[in-house]
Amino acid sequence: MAIITRKKASKKPRAPFSQRTWSIGFFSLAVLIYIFYTYILPHTPDGFQSQIQTWFPPSALNEALVWVIAALGLNIVVGYAGLLDLGFVAFWAIGGYTAGWFMSGFFNQWNFHFGSESAKVIPGIHLSFWLVLVIGALICAFFGIVIGAPTLRLKSDYLAIVTLGFGEIIPQIFVNGENIHGFNLSNGTKGISPVDSIGIFGKRLGPFDLNYKYMIFVAMAAFMVFISLRLRSGRLGRAWLAIREDELAASMMGVPLMKTKLAAYAVGAISGGLAGVAYATHVNGIFAERFQFSISIILLAMVVLGGMGNVWGVMVGALLIAWVNSTGLPAFGNEINSTFNTNINFPSYTFLIFGALLILMMLFRREGILPESRLKLLMHENDDESGNEQPHDEISEEEDL
Amino acid sequence: MAGVTYKTRQLRRRYIERSFATIAIAGALFWLIINFVKSPTQFVEVTFTGLSNGILYALIALGYTLVYGIIELINFAHGDLFMLGGLFSAHFITLWFGQRHSSGAGYGVLLLCLVAVMAFCALINVTIERFAYRRLRRAPKLAPLITAVGMSFILQFVGLRWNGSGQKTWPSLLPNGNFSIFGVRLPYTTLISFLVTIPVLLALTYIVTQTKQGKAMRATAQDQDASRLMGINVDRTISFTFGLGGALAGAAGLLFEQTRGLTSYNLGFQLGLIAFTAAVMGGIGNLQGAVLGAIIIGLIQGLNDGLPIGLGQQWSNTVVFSILILLMVFKPTGLLGKPTTEKV
Repeated sequence: MAIITRKKASKKPRAPFSQRTWSIGFFSLAVLIYIFYTYILPHTPDGFQSQIQTWFPPSALNEALVWVIAALGLNIVVGYAGLLDLGFVAFWAIGGYTAGWFMSGFFNQWNFHFGSESAKVIPGIHLSFWLVLVIGALICAFFGIVIGAPTLRLKSDYLAIVTLGFGEIIPQIFVNGENIHGFNLSNGTKGISPVDSIGIFGKRLGPFDLNYKYMIFVAMAAFMVFISLRLRSGRLGRAWLAIREDELAASMMGVPLMKTKLAAYAVGAISGGLAGVAYATHVNGIFAERFQFSISIILLAMVVLGGMGNVWGVMVGALLIAWVNSTGLPAFGNEINSTFNTNINFPSYTFLIFGALLILMMLFRREGILPESRLKLLMHENDDESGNEQPHDEISEEEDL
Repeated sequence: MAGVTYKTRQLRRRYIERSFATIAIAGALFWLIINFVKSPTQFVEVTFTGLSNGILYALIALGYTLVYGIIELINFAHGDLFMLGGLFSAHFITLWFGQRHSSGAGYGVLLLCLVAVMAFCALINVTIERFAYRRLRRAPKLAPLITAVGMSFILQFVGLRWNGSGQKTWPSLLPNGNFSIFGVRLPYTTLISFLVTIPVLLALTYIVTQTKQGKAMRATAQDQDASRLMGINVDRTISFTFGLGGALAGAAGLLFEQTRGLTSYNLGFQLGLIAFTAAVMGGIGNLQGAVLGAIIIGLIQGLNDGLPIGLGQQWSNTVVFSILILLMVFKPTGLLGKPTTEKV
């Protein structure tokens, strides 16, 4: 039994990334990438530029950042609190539709402008992007609690299935939401498009201002990292970890299970909402049929691959998988096809790649690429020397109790 | 505040739950009666459609519940196994044996296919267990669950390659047409679903309750270590359970392919989810519960999709999952499940 003993001394062990270190590292990396794309890339030879455009286009970078934001939220629910959520797409959808409702001409029966840089004559509700972020986060936090509340009495597997149910219900509401007693909630499968572009410093970003968008998304991701790290070292975060490791023991120690779990759902949902709003501005629209179960699974794969519970691992996992999904695999496929004169449709292998990735990770490196040390212990708690195929030590273990 | 004791709170909670459940059931009954009065024949027809869907779900749900009962794993790949079963039978009957119409030879091929597809799916399921789940038996629960999701993706990939990305339609060997009893028209396919499913369910009951292997299964489900001490080969028993579940999924695949005449690579996900809901509804791990839950879900779906006053097919999943969530809130153990207390 791996019991994590805490040292008597009140001095906390130094975290590998202290608050200042990580923020300096994170922002300098982000700024370096920004400088590279904005100032250096235009002066490089054309061949190099086109290579970058095929392999690392700026729009793919932005999209990957959206995934990072959502994956960090899922990490709080799954990685910190250990509550398996298979319906995270619901929050993404709700966040997206929040942007659709409050940042476009969709509700053209009303005309309300606030803080948005769009022309005042366009009908519809047009709020500032920053305000919509807050609204989206609040709505999602509310739904996180609504979704979390019924699952509180459930054990892990049931919980997974209830969240999965929500992940199916909410997109279906949006797909069928064209006519709810005569009220058009979501415009059905046609979706809501276009969404207002982001307004910043009194100007609107055009469709090609990818570098501004990049900085905004980086700031949002940094915000999520900040929240994750601060919460993790605080009282709430330690309560989450306790629940993850042993729910019964945690409740005996006085951790309020209900409040703690609901908080995990709410914080996770907030980031899902932020990602939803960001994604809506990224693709300039909301389309109900994109919100499928596969999004929940891809997010889960990001968290698992990167290392559950470790913010940096999750970030690496999210960037990697999002890149492979959006550009890496097609670009790699084109390269192979043109070199060997073959005609293989590489993106059609995504199912196989994701499936195999999940299975192999679980079989051989359960804790992810950049594991969190505590979780690593937890994941290998019951292993024995012989590759844990034949459990023999069970009985002796029972005797200890 | 100490005056409000734990006990009174429990009692109050139970009271609220009871009254809410009563209201919900009364509302559902009211809805059914209105529909019945409005068009009785349609009501009966729709009920039978729902029943025949329900027993199809039962076949899939049993696979979930068998596996969950024995190793507490939600086998996400199970629905996709069902999908592969459907694909296999479509290819077996239409392409390999060239049967396109109902005939004497056709029925022979159908029976042959039933055996073949059951063996095929059982083999896949046993292989998956052997190479993936078995290694993770001692790992935290999240690990096998994620592996199962990965397996589901791989099986979907196989389906995608085999079937193509669209829906495919296939000729059915079953007689199409209806027969009518008291003015209610029922398709032959409904009858045949019952004729196939009921013997399969009886055989399963026999295996689980009467045979030595069934006894071993029940023992392993209760306590793996104790059954190992009693001389039960736990690994083989678990493999056998997976085989049994796979065979049921195969039978369901054949039945679906023949009654609906279509295959699609993402069908398994949809139906698997519904079947899993059914298994949870009946109390997961409980065989009778799975059948009961599946029939209830089939009925609800059939009634909602087909009745004159209902939400219609587009809300089908929402209705099913809302009921699941409500059930989870008020009775987390399912209809026939026994409440378990956690031991330290």
